[in-house]
This record gives sequence, C-alpha cells and structure tokens, in this order.
Amino acid sequence: MAMQFYASPEQIMRDRSEYARKGIARGRSVVVLTYAGGVLFVAENISTTLHKVSEIYDRIGFAAVGRYNEFENLRSAGVRMADLRGYSYDRRDVTGRALASAYSQTLGSIFSEQPGKPYEVEICVAEVGTSEAKDELYRLPYDGSVQEEPGFMAMGGQAEAISNVIKAQHREGLTLKEALKLALAAIGSVGGDNNGSRTIAANQLEVAILDRSRPGRKFRRLTGAALTAVMPGAEAQAAEAKADGKPDGKADAKSDDNGDGKEAAQ
Amino acid sequence: MAADFGTSGRLPLAYTAAGNSSFTEFLSQVAPELLPGRRNLPQGGAAKDLAPHATTIVAITFSGGVVMAGDRRATMGNLIASRDIEKVHPADPYSLVGIAGTAGVGIELIKLFQVELQHYEKIEGAMLSLDGKANRLATMIRGNLGAAMQGLVVVPLFAGFDLDADDPVKAGRIWSFDVTGGLYEETGYDAIGSGSLFAKSSLKKTYRPGLDADAAARLAVEALYDAADDDTATGGPDIIRKIFPVVMTATAEGTSRYSEPETAAMAEAILAARTERPTP
Repeated sequence: MAMQFYASPEQIMRDRSEYARKGIARGRSVVVLTYAGGVLFVAENISTTLHKVSEIYDRIGFAAVGRYNEFENLRSAGVRMADLRGYSYDRRDVTGRALASAYSQTLGSIFSEQPGKPYEVEICVAEVGTSEAKDELYRLPYDGSVQEEPGFMAMGGQAEAISNVIKAQHREGLTLKEALKLALAAIGSVGGDNNGSRTIAANQLEVAILDRSRPGRKFRRLTGAALTAVMPGAEAQAAEAKADGKPDGKADAKSDDNGDGKEAAQ
Repeated sequence: MAADFGTSGRLPLAYTAAGNSSFTEFLSQVAPELLPGRRNLPQGGAAKDLAPHATTIVAITFSGGVVMAGDRRATMGNLIASRDIEKVHPADPYSLVGIAGTAGVGIELIKLFQVELQHYEKIEGAMLSLDGKANRLATMIRGNLGAAMQGLVVVPLFAGFDLDADDPVKAGRIWSFDVTGGLYEETGYDAIGSGSLFAKSSLKKTYRPGLDADAAARLAVEALYDAADDDTATGGPDIIRKIFPVVMTATAEGTSRYSEPETAAMAEAILAARTERPTP
C-alpha cells in the first residue's frame, strides 16, 4: 500500500519552481527592448512558422519562452481577451496592463493548483506608447508574479547573463539598427564554444517590432530583406558565406523548445 | 476585461480552448448577447420603422482590383436620418464591405466582421482566403435571419483583391448576399440597396472590362448619382454641405479611400456633364 508522506508547502512550492525553471532554462532566449521607434523583439528561433513572438492587439505584442503548447495556449487566450475587450468597448481600451494581470492570475492559479504541473513558460507582454518613456514591458514568470521591466528584458536560458549585457549598454533613443545590434550581441554573448560569444545568422532569428509611427496595428515582423537591411554587418557576412560556399551557420541550428525541449542550451 | 475568472482565478475554458480561430464562435460561448443575431426581439415587424435604413452601395471590378462606393444617406420612413453616414468600410487590408438595410445592425455586423478577420489572422498567423472571408460573412448574415424576418434586414456587399489569383489583373472579385445567407459571386459589377436597380441600369450601359481604377471610381459615383436621381432613399452629391460618396479601392497594395477633394471632383464633373445635357 502506498504511503502518503508529509511534504511542507514550502517544499512543494520549491519543487514546483525548480521544475518550471529547469524547463524554461532549456530553451533559447528571447530579448525584448525599447528603442526610439518602438519596441523590438528578438528571439533565437529557426522555425519561420512556429512563433515565439506574436501580435496580440494594436499596440500589444507577446513574447514567450518555454513549452510551445503552453505559451501558445496563453497567446490565443490573450488574443481572445483583447479582441473581446476591444469589441465591447473601444480599441483604445485594450491595455497591456489588463492583459498582464489576467495572465498573472492564470499562471498563478496553474502554478499552485494540485494536482497538475506548473506551466514551464515565461512570457513578456509589451505595449508601445506614444514615447519611449511610455512603453511598458511586463515580465510574467511561471508562478504568476508580474514585474514591470525598465526598457529591456531577457527570458530563457542564461537570461541573467544576457540581461547584464543589455543593461550595460541600453539607453533611451537607440535606433532600430543599434537596438538589434545590442540584442544580438547579448544573445550571442552566451552559448559559444568554451562559453565564448558567437554570431547569429538572420535565418536563425525571429525579429518583430511594435512600430510607434504606424497607424492602427503596430506589430510588424521583420523578415527577409527588411531584416537583413538592419542586421549589423549583413554585407560582410553574406560575402563570407559565399566564399565558404555554404549557407551561413546551419551547423548548430537545432529545434529547441518546440516539443519536449531536450536540448540543453547551457 | 469581460472575462469571468470564477473561483479558480484561471481564464475560463473558452479562452484557452484549442482549435477555434473564429471570434464569432468565441463570442457565442462567452458573450452571446454581443452577437447581432442572438437577441430576443418582440413579435412583429415594427422594428423596421424605428431604425434608420442605409441605402445604395455599388462595386465594380477593374484591372488590378475592385472599387466600392456608397452614398451617404440613411432614412427613417420619410425622414432623412443621416446625411453623412459611411456605409463602405475596409474589412481587412485587402477587402471591402458595404451594407444596405438596417443601419445599426449593419454597422455592428461590419465591426464584428472586421474583428473576425483580424482575430483569425492573429490566431492562425495567416490571412483567410478571399473566398473564406466571403463565406464567413455569409454565415454571419445567416445568423441574423431571425431578426431579418422581423424587419431588421441587413444585406452586405463584399469585394476584395484575391491574393491567390493567378492573374493579378483579374484579382478583383465581388460577392453579393441575400438575407438567408446566400452567397453569389458577381462578374464585373453589382449593387445593393434601395437604389440598386437604377445603379445597375446605369452600370449596364457604362461598364466595360479592363477599366482602370479612376475610371471605375467615376462610373461608381455616376451610378450612385443615377440611383439618387430616381430613388428618394439614396443621397446625391451634396454640394452645399460638401458631402460626397465614400469611394474605396482594394488592390495588391491594400485598401485605400479616395480623398474628399477627389470624390468632390468626380461628382462635380458628373454634375457638369448632366447640366449640359439634362434628361427630361
């Protein structure tokens, strides 16, 4: 007969936290930062159809790391919630704050619900404002806590190391090119050989912006020519790849967290 | 947010359910009272005399797209309820929708249709096909049948640029609907509303395939002029108040609206031509 052992609530919560944190750390990173023209999302993602960054509403974007099925679930819920609110009130009444609070409640109750496992996700809700000072970034980890971040944030494997790189260089008034360069330097600062840095090619990136100057829906993906135009040193890289006679950097491009996420990024 | 979190603090199941990319279906689960077709109406057709009616809309294909235009009048019995109502709207970046019939329900339907298309695009990460959009609108009209039987009839006209078309020159397409949700693809041009008979008679004589956008827009404004000439519920160009038809196009570049000076110039050219040769 199975015996029921006593486990203190602290122990249970610690175990659950550890479980969720491990799951999240396995995935590749996502960086979100504000720049003069809006909010920039940069994710390491080789899939062009399974997104880590998406549009929620006119001014609101969503980025996530962790288990695909879980954050995809939250993403659709966010789109539904935002569309319902915009439809029943007005498009201007859909705010990132309300969305973040709904996500926080959902994640919080999933985290503490027994039986069941906590979500292995960390998400970011970003809202672009009329000026850089009015942009809002909310970090929502697996346990339902919510933090408003000051202009930049990193999630996923080795988020702290990445975050430190951005912290040192992030300032108000960056151009899109500068912001992308900073994001790439930060993501590339970890995961190289012998814990060194590495360069990431455009085809391994998912990049999107919330463009402050656009009327209506501000979310826009940067792909293809639009992306290479703002990539740092894009011309030099392309020339190098041609000389080598192979497409740039396919070697370490493996699927990460679209599924069980067994690959360790550390 | 209208979400009812209940006691668990979690979002309700309808929000997290997988596989549903329709906003209308989602609404029917969480807030059915917001759907135009789901309201309990009293018996009888009295409602139709209480609510303003929107009138004539025309759509014409041209090489590389489609143009849609609507007059600016809404009537309530013998009264003019509005002189500057806008009945033609972009449904999404590549399609246009116009309404005739009960104005309140029609405008609500357009708003719902716009959210529906955008919702699908966001959930699925891809746009619906143009035929898919037309079908979706037909389903929404079908949902309004009960209200239509009691006098709140709404009939839309849908037109758009088909991104999947083999030949971009012929990518402009038009669909008309009936109150039961019947969906009919039209060739060349079509019109709906009380003045549609006269608008179509006008287009029958003036339309020819292979028009360019500006020529098609002029024909549309002229057809509306002819409709206003014979139908009291359709408004003609209002020179004094500077109110002119809404004219929009959908092409490969997306939807765009002719500016007021442009539509004013079109209407004034037609007025000048008619002044020279007035019909008895």
